[in-house]
Formats: sequence, C-alpha cells, structure tokens
Amino acid sequence: MALLEIQNLHARVAAAGGREILKGVNLSIGRGEVHAIMGKNGSGKSTLCQVLAGRETYEVTQGTVTYNGRDLLEESAEERARDGIFLAFQYPVEIPGVSTSYFLKAAVNAIRKHRGEQELDAMQFLKLVKEKQALLGIEQSFMNRAVNEGFSGGEKKRNEVFQMAVVNPMLGLLDETDSGLDIDALKVVANGVNKLHQQDKDRAILLVTHYQRLLNYVVPDFVHVMIDGRIVKSGGKDLALKLEDQGYEWLEAEASQPA
Amino acid sequence: MTQLEEQTMMNLSNLSRLSRGDGRQRPWIDEVRRGAIERFEKVGFPSVKEEAWRFTNVSPIAQSTFALGEGALTESARQVSEQYGFGIEAAAELVFINGIYQPELSRAGKLGSGVRIGSLEAAIEEDVPEVRQHLTRHARIDGNPFVALNSGFLRDGAFVRIGRGVRVSGPIHLIFVSDAASQSTVSHPRVLIVAGEGSDSQIVESYVGTPGGRYFTNAVTEIVAARDSRIDHCRLQQESLEAFHVATMQVVQDEASNVISQAATLGGKLTRNDLNVILNGEYAESTLNGLVVIGGDQHVDNHTLLHHEKANCPSHELYKYVLDDRATGVFRGKIFVQQDAQKTNAKQNSKSLLLSDDARINAMPALEIYADDVKCTHGSTTGPVDEDMVFYLRTRGVGLDAARHLLTYAFAADITRRIKVVPVRRRLEDFMAAQHGLPQDLRITDLGSHDEAAR
Repeated sequence: MALLEIQNLHARVAAAGGREILKGVNLSIGRGEVHAIMGKNGSGKSTLCQVLAGRETYEVTQGTVTYNGRDLLEESAEERARDGIFLAFQYPVEIPGVSTSYFLKAAVNAIRKHRGEQELDAMQFLKLVKEKQALLGIEQSFMNRAVNEGFSGGEKKRNEVFQMAVVNPMLGLLDETDSGLDIDALKVVANGVNKLHQQDKDRAILLVTHYQRLLNYVVPDFVHVMIDGRIVKSGGKDLALKLEDQGYEWLEAEASQPA
Repeated sequence: MTQLEEQTMMNLSNLSRLSRGDGRQRPWIDEVRRGAIERFEKVGFPSVKEEAWRFTNVSPIAQSTFALGEGALTESARQVSEQYGFGIEAAAELVFINGIYQPELSRAGKLGSGVRIGSLEAAIEEDVPEVRQHLTRHARIDGNPFVALNSGFLRDGAFVRIGRGVRVSGPIHLIFVSDAASQSTVSHPRVLIVAGEGSDSQIVESYVGTPGGRYFTNAVTEIVAARDSRIDHCRLQQESLEAFHVATMQVVQDEASNVISQAATLGGKLTRNDLNVILNGEYAESTLNGLVVIGGDQHVDNHTLLHHEKANCPSHELYKYVLDDRATGVFRGKIFVQQDAQKTNAKQNSKSLLLSDDARINAMPALEIYADDVKCTHGSTTGPVDEDMVFYLRTRGVGLDAARHLLTYAFAADITRRIKVVPVRRRLEDFMAAQHGLPQDLRITDLGSHDEAAR
C-alpha cells in the first residue's frame, strides 16, 4: 500500500466565494520514493503542499487523502506532523522572540511524546542536533538565535532542511526549497535531502519546484506536471528534462483537450 | 466635592503634619507644596471630557476614600519588598513604604565617589544643591493634576545622584511598596535622578503592593541627564490588581546624553503613565520601550510625549500591548519636532496583540513637525496571534494552544530581549513564561539554555 494516496482532491480558498485551486489531484507516493511536482506559478503546487500539511485557510471540497492507511484529512496540522509529515516552507516564517533551539526541542518532544517515546532532555537534544549537523555537513550557528529572524533566504531554506533532519519525518514535503538559492546553497540543500533519503530507505520525499535545476542534484523516481490544479502528466526523470527543453506549452495544449 | 478632595483639603489645613516640625525643613519646599495644592484645588481631577483623559476615567479614584499611607515598617510590607528584591544582582536596593524611605530594608552599597542614593527627604533637609536646582522644576504642576497632587503631598522618595564620569556597575533598584494591609491608602512617591556628565548607570523603579490591596499610588519621577551621560531606566509596575496607579516621568536630556526608558506594566486595576522627554541638546538619544501585559478588567493608558528641541537627535519608540479578557489599553504617542531640530530621526511604533474578542486598544500616534529636514516615521498594528506563525509551529508538531502561548511569549520577548538590565529582563521573561505555562529555557540570550532545560 502506498504511503500517501491522493484521490480526486479538490480544494478551495476557505472564504466566502473562495476560488477553487485544486481541481482533482490524483497522486500515489510509495515508501522510499522521491517524487517531483513541476509546474508554473499558480498551478496549485504550493496549495497541494499546504493542504497536505493541514492548512485551514484551504477547504477540501472533494476527494480523499490516505496516509499510512488513515484518513489524513481528519487530522489537525500538528497531528499530521507528529505522524511523520514534514513541510519545508517556501517562505519560512520568522518568529522573533523564540530561540531556534527551544523551538526545535519543542517540536522533537511533541513528536516523541505522541509516539510514546521518552522526551529528550537538554543533553540528549544537543547530541541529536550535533549528529544531524554532522550528517548534513551544516554548520549550525543559529541555534541560539530567534527562529529564522534576520536569516538570508539561503539560511532559511537550509534551516528548513536541518529541521527536517532533526524531526526525522516519514514524508518530507519540500515546497520550492530550491527557489532563490544560488548554486552553492542549492547543493547544500540537495545534499541534505539526499542524505536524509539514504539514511532511511522508507522515507518518501515530495519536491515541488519550478525548475529542473534541483533535479540535477536530487534525482526523482517520478516527475509530475501540474497545470491548473491537476496533475496532467507523470513520468520518469526524463520528463523534467523535456520540460526544461520545451516548456509547458505542449502540455497545456494537451490538458485543454476534452478528455 | 469628592472624598479624596475633601481629604486633600483636610491635609492641606494640617500641612505641619507633613513636615516634621523640627525646624530643619526648607521653606522653599513648603511653598512648592502650597502652590501645588492650590493648583490641584483649582483644577481637580481630570474628566473624560478632556482630550488627554478621554479613554481613562479616573472617577473611581476620585470617588474612593484613601488614608494617606504612613511609612511604618510592617511585616506585610517587608514581605512584599523581599519578594520583589533583586538581591545581590542589584548594586544597591532601596525600599520605600508608602513613599517613605526604609533604611532597615535598604542596602545602599558602595557605588563610588560622587554617587548619592537614599531618602529624598534627607536630601531636602541637607539642602543638596541638585535637589534645590531640579526637584519639582521639570515635572510641571500645570501640566497634569496628578503631578500637582504629588507635589502637594511631596515628603519623601528617592534621590539618586550619579557623579560626573562615574560608571555604576549593576542596577540601582528602588522598590516602592504600597502597604494597604490594614486600610485603603494613597501614597505620592517622588523620585529625582540626576546623572552627572559622562556618567553611566542602570536605575530600576519597581512599584508593588500588598497582594489584593486597594490603594492608590501617585508617583512622579524627574530625570536630569547631563552631557554625555547614559541612563538605562526600567520601570516595573506590578501593583495589586485592585490598585490604582498614576505616574508621570519627566526626562530632560542634555547634549549627547543617552536615556533608555523601559516601562513594563503588569499590575494595577487602572493605570495611567505619562512619559515626557525633552531632547534639549544636540546628538542626544532617546529610546522609549514599553510592554503592557494585562487581562481581566485591567486598564492601562500610556501617554508618551517626545520633544525634539535640538538638531541631530535620534529617538526610538516601541510600545507593545498584550491584552486578554476584557482588558483595555490606550497608547498615545506624540512626537514634537521643533524648528531647530533639523536632522531629527524619530521612529515610533506600537503593536497590540488581542487575545480575546473583548479586549480593546486605542492607539493614537501623532507627529507634529516644524523642521524641514527630518526623518520621522510612526506605525501601529493591532490583531490576534499571527496565523502564519501558528501554522508554522503546528507543522512542527506543536499543538494549537501551545503555539498560541509560545507566540504570545515571543511577542513580549521582542521588548524584553532589548532590556540590558538582567534581573528585569529575567523577571519579565519568567512572568510571561509562567503565564503561558512555558519553561524558562525559551530565552534566546542565555547561552546555557540547553543545560538549564532539563526540568
């Protein structure tokens, strides 16, 4: 059974007269698989990530999402996180006044508690942080700074991947984690994702991206193209190259054909 | 005539009770008192019809009966002073009961030559030149009826003089305890701080009282900052939730002085703070930060007035309110930039976090600019906890309630982390953490936070 099974998912902005953004998404992600969703701005890629993570500003109007055999849509955002879903934000939020170390320890312990595991004390947490730093080769200088505050775009994205490593999810959703990064930062982020994937063969990754560039470093098992709230084409990693080469027009033409 | 006014009159006719009648009092101070009482008699308590008092109705004060608080050292007052003391973290700690200095509870410390801290009454009697020069000269009785009332009842309080070029390490802590254990009391604490040229000091005023006590504290502080001096001033108001607290702080800054005012209001049923700063020399710098954390039916009104009189002065102002239940807040911040004050750089901001649908804030920023080459900005935001931040925390496994508590803490921490006076910062952070069921290892600034965290 797939880890994540999305069927005919429709979602709209949760407000009176809110626009429908997802118009019937079907997607199946197995354990250990790396999927990439590509598409233009406004195609619904980020909305899909947010809906999967439990954002209440979107309302699911139709369809089902099954995660690990359970109805994901019944769960709150924090329950999903505790059950192993992690969203790396496109725009990580700054939280002045809360230290990164406190924030991360609270996250790790909320998840551990939920799983019936012993909460980590300060020393154990510090050990975990050091392990993950070593794993990712990331110098973690900001544990004692406020969450994301004053971080550059690259630092924020790196911090997202680092958080993912620390909370150790089953399914990582990376929402345009590559956008706005220079090539060096991109390599650091991609290397982190690869390490996490290698470390746990069951861990699945869903990358949402504009560009093929990231896929040079993180090789996906499947590539999907999203247009106007639907996945219109799926294929292997070659599909990304074709999109890079030919753009989305040929698919848009295909998508607008009546089924 | 209201009861307090009646009492005022009664006490006026018995002014000799205020002076000790041993012939050492100074006639000039009697004249000041008399003039102030006359002023108060003439204007009385302010009404909500006056613009400056529109959102703060002081009739509960005017209609209550308060006995003029005595300076007797009681067990209840001693306990309160110990509870709020900083202990060895303070360079010196002075305790006042109902505004009267308590040598038995105080520790004056050794602060260096040219430093004098202690009873204001004693300094008046000794005719210390700075007292004669500055006391009642800056906080004007015609500006605010409560200043007139305080000056009319002026007896004791704190006198702090930091000598020329002296750097005091560690905060000087002034603890004002209102003792209303046996009856409802009124006190009029008075503080005069004179910072000499090039001096550097941290001064903390704490206002506290017997728990549940119904009393009225009417405080006035005057601060005179000489050239190149630096004062880090904190004001911690943690009065009883039944108390009324009205305070005026008047700051006068000379050339290149730097005054930082951090005012935290946590207690009191009804609070009105007036903070007036005059930047009276070039390159003087002023920072006004405020934090209000209230709930229930508490009301807090902060008025700040910043006068840019001279050129090249920067000022920074940030006031933050956390309002729960039916609490109401008022912020009125005015910045005057006079014609001579070219190259002024003034920033003002107020932010309010509303934790309930019934909490209210009235924020009124205002700029009045007569110079043409200045940079002035002001802003004001009000709203509930930021939902983007809540969602971010929830996607990391933190529950909804815990996320809201954490973000409320973080909102206030934006002010507390700017406070360099360590015991004040810690007290506020601990207060917020306790209020929100959070551990104390949230602190950003403590490098040892990991080690502390095992609880």
